[in-house]
Amino acid sequence: MIQKASTHVNQNEPLLFERSSAGKNGYQLPPLDVPAVDPEQVLGAANLRDSIEDLPEVSEVEAIRHFTRLSTWNYAIDLGLYPLGSCTMKYNPRVNERVAGIDGLAWAHPYQPEALAQGGMRVMAALEDALTEITGMDAVTLQPAAGAHGELTGILLVRALLESRGNPRKRILVPDSAHGTNPATAAMAGYTVQDIKSDNRGMVDLETLESLVTDEVAALMITNPNTLGVFESNIIRIAEILHAKGTMLYMDGANMNALVGIARPGDFGVDVMHLNLHKTFSTPHGGGGPGSGPVAVKKHLEPFLPVPRLRREADTLAWNYDLPSSIGKVRAFYGNFGVLVRALAYILAHGGDGLPNATGDAVLNANYIRKRLEPYFELPHKEPTMHEVVFSDERQAKLGVRTGDLAKRLIDYGFHPYTVSFPMIVHGALMIEPTETESKLELDLFIDAMISIAAEAESDPQLVRTAPHNTRIGRVDEVLAARKPVLRWQRK
Amino acid sequence: MYPDNFRYTKEHEWVNVEADVATVGITFHAQSELGDIVYVDLPKPEATVERGKSLGSVESVKAVSDIYSPVSGEVLEVNPILADAPEKLNEDPHGAAWLVKIRLSNPAELSELLTAGQYQEYIGAEA
Amino acid sequence: MLSACGVESIEELFANLPEQVRIRQPLALAPGQSEYEIIDYFRARGAENGEGYVSFLGAGVYSHFRPVLVDTVVSRGEFLTSYTPYQAEISQGTLMAIFEFQTMICQLTGMEVANASMYDGSTAVPEAAMMAVRITRRERVLVSRALHPEYRQVLATMLRRQSIPVDEFAYHRAAGTIDLEDLERKLDGTTAAVIIQSPNFFGVVEDVKRAAELAHSRGALLIFVFAEAVSLGILTPPADADIVAGELQSFAISPSYGGPFAGVIATREKYMRQIPGRLVGETVDSSGRRAYCLTLATREQHIRREKATSNICTNQALIALMATVFMTVYGKQGLRELAVQNLSKAHYLAKDLPLAFGGPFFNEFVVRPKISSPAAVNRRLLERKIIGGLELDRFYPDLADCLLLCATEMNRKESMDVAREALLG
Repeated sequence: MIQKASTHVNQNEPLLFERSSAGKNGYQLPPLDVPAVDPEQVLGAANLRDSIEDLPEVSEVEAIRHFTRLSTWNYAIDLGLYPLGSCTMKYNPRVNERVAGIDGLAWAHPYQPEALAQGGMRVMAALEDALTEITGMDAVTLQPAAGAHGELTGILLVRALLESRGNPRKRILVPDSAHGTNPATAAMAGYTVQDIKSDNRGMVDLETLESLVTDEVAALMITNPNTLGVFESNIIRIAEILHAKGTMLYMDGANMNALVGIARPGDFGVDVMHLNLHKTFSTPHGGGGPGSGPVAVKKHLEPFLPVPRLRREADTLAWNYDLPSSIGKVRAFYGNFGVLVRALAYILAHGGDGLPNATGDAVLNANYIRKRLEPYFELPHKEPTMHEVVFSDERQAKLGVRTGDLAKRLIDYGFHPYTVSFPMIVHGALMIEPTETESKLELDLFIDAMISIAAEAESDPQLVRTAPHNTRIGRVDEVLAARKPVLRWQRK
Repeated sequence: MYPDNFRYTKEHEWVNVEADVATVGITFHAQSELGDIVYVDLPKPEATVERGKSLGSVESVKAVSDIYSPVSGEVLEVNPILADAPEKLNEDPHGAAWLVKIRLSNPAELSELLTAGQYQEYIGAEA
Repeated sequence: MLSACGVESIEELFANLPEQVRIRQPLALAPGQSEYEIIDYFRARGAENGEGYVSFLGAGVYSHFRPVLVDTVVSRGEFLTSYTPYQAEISQGTLMAIFEFQTMICQLTGMEVANASMYDGSTAVPEAAMMAVRITRRERVLVSRALHPEYRQVLATMLRRQSIPVDEFAYHRAAGTIDLEDLERKLDGTTAAVIIQSPNFFGVVEDVKRAAELAHSRGALLIFVFAEAVSLGILTPPADADIVAGELQSFAISPSYGGPFAGVIATREKYMRQIPGRLVGETVDSSGRRAYCLTLATREQHIRREKATSNICTNQALIALMATVFMTVYGKQGLRELAVQNLSKAHYLAKDLPLAFGGPFFNEFVVRPKISSPAAVNRRLLERKIIGGLELDRFYPDLADCLLLCATEMNRKESMDVAREALLG
């Protein structure tokens, strides 16, 4: 039975361009307090455009209704559990939004004098310090704009270090369970990618690793806990194997929500890693960004960090651009400062005592789901679960119902689907990450929904295969979208 | 299903040779494995292609597959219908939806290709 | 829950971690704080951060009024706390808003395809350059010295590892526009793209058409960069360019000490499959109703892995939404009026000042103060709680005696009069 959701009337809404009518507007500008110039005179006729053809014209009320109606077509954390594995969809505390909007922070210009930017720099210094402590690394850059951007920065640091030692090397090893960004990143940094097969427990196979690590391998990119939600218990040995050949251990911090306050990458041999503030540190995903991907390094990589870096002087902070070994800038200015403010607010709210509790709750929630769903779904890897659990659709696939179908049916039950078909080493994967946010009440609703869907797969597979049924639109035709791409509205 | 006068590769391309010109396509089996094909990327005429090297790719919504040239030579012609109608590749992979015509530079390569019988045995074994 | 899991404590759930990796003392961080204390902490940081100052800084980050509606819309949890819209059936709100964003960027730039946004303008530029290298199969790019210096730094970092040489061409000493002769000299058959910004870093409007003709005459693409999006309310759209890479911060995105912002890449339809980042397309659902979804995903990292067009996985959806709401609120008429106000304010501020360049400018310009040094002018203004211009010695040794100043609709006549006095004196 569907408990969490019921259908209700929601509003239809056309595109802005279809609702537009000439002469309407929703803006107000103050009267000009200086003489108006004649654009043609100061810019020249050739530099002027006519009007911006077809840009919408709507009133303020129409604008707010338009976007409010659209918003009601979205699922969100504010509506309930969002169990996307590897994405760490936790509650986004609103105090974080409030403080990011404080005038002195939100309206600070990146080039205002340092004497008038101490508050912003202190926020960044405090966050650097907190992340250094949490990761057990030696130094942090907050410049990268997202996780993938952090990855690229991290690998560029590895390259710079190895170049300074005389040979940038050729290859990067990536486990077959890795996120797709890892190989794409390695390629962007000028490396070729070599896959490592996971062993039957879903972990990096030590013998294979030993045979592949040579003095032409720049780094191993590892996610720990890995994408099966399993801690690589041989991590210290892995680091030893790499370090014996001068190879760096890169850690993708996507799954850091399982480790904060429990274990520190800096203590288990990681040389460089990135964090996703929008995952572990609760900054809102915003429908796909903005994020922030700080990179933490050990001492030997610190000289290569992007410019500028914060320099701590007696009572003040300054930006230091004089870093001759630096890889340069990876983006303009200092980073996604507004996101950094939110992440620091999260860390301050939890404190040293609260962070490990959050981690414990996240791991408990994932284990609870595992235990309750294990009788109904195939669990291909039985190693202890950390913050997420990966099932496969093996039992349901025999009935003609695949992981993607189960996921779509979950929508009818009022939940966002889990991560579908990833990691690729599990055929038909269901990757579930509840985070610490969820109460037992919400988890039980989800578990009941999953059990009910498993039963439907047996009693009425067609119902599941054609889901969702209760949404405002049915399954979308992705084939048509790709065959005949329509990427903008045009006047007919 | 698989014409006897064609030759095949284990990468699921077919070749039909008339004089020194080979028409190349992907097999029925290949298109059915890929599912709905949404885009075909092909070389320009006059490009040189090499046996076993990628000559383009076909895409479904969630996958990209390289097309490996079964023969070496110069591209003479590229099938014009595929740019606007990639779905033809699902409908008629052995006919209207051929990919390219190549002037053979090394006809001896043909002897290394599979016959229809061998190919069907191969995909039978693969499945 | 513990008993359901068959354990007695949460600690037992971590039993599989090797003892050497466990930390046994608490993190050296202060204890958790209440909401009130947190607000208090950040208010104090804000107060140390130039709160209450008037500013004439631009240089890639502009202070424009943020319509209240923008905050109202982006505060909605359905936009704020949702993920990338992979599950189209429950993400139509985000998807349709991005489709509208893509459309408006095309209308604004004269391009035919725009992506769902990028991290920012500075990272959009190297992505555009790599796109041009893929399209032309040539190996080098030529970039204007009047492109934002930090954008050039990011370009250098990113392209060095791709082994794509980046050469710079000069700006014209008198006009402040690109030096077309130097460009012509440096262009050759290996040039994949010419990158220019307009209005350029000095605020001067470039002759895009002429630059495009030159680039095209040697088979190179023209990449047009904009950092001040409000200028597109009045300036000729860069329809002669092949790729447009821009920064949308001016569209209701607060300066926020440098980020988060949103960049964008737009191009011609024929280059659609080479564009990096997310794209939303229109399609139909199982009953034939109009619907939107992410599309052309085969360009992306999660499918093509090391052969992807970029490693980027997300866009800046919420920031792009701010820009979308901004464009909606201002609309066709408002965007032009806003641009004219900026133009008028900047020309009022600049009147009779010793300008370094003669080219036409939009809302910022370079001044070479006659008597005092740039630093001295700024010091004097700071005493009046005014942040002056950017001292250009930071980026251009040849302009060490110059200041870059900007005026927008947010600058009032009174403070401009104070600034003018300091700059003339």
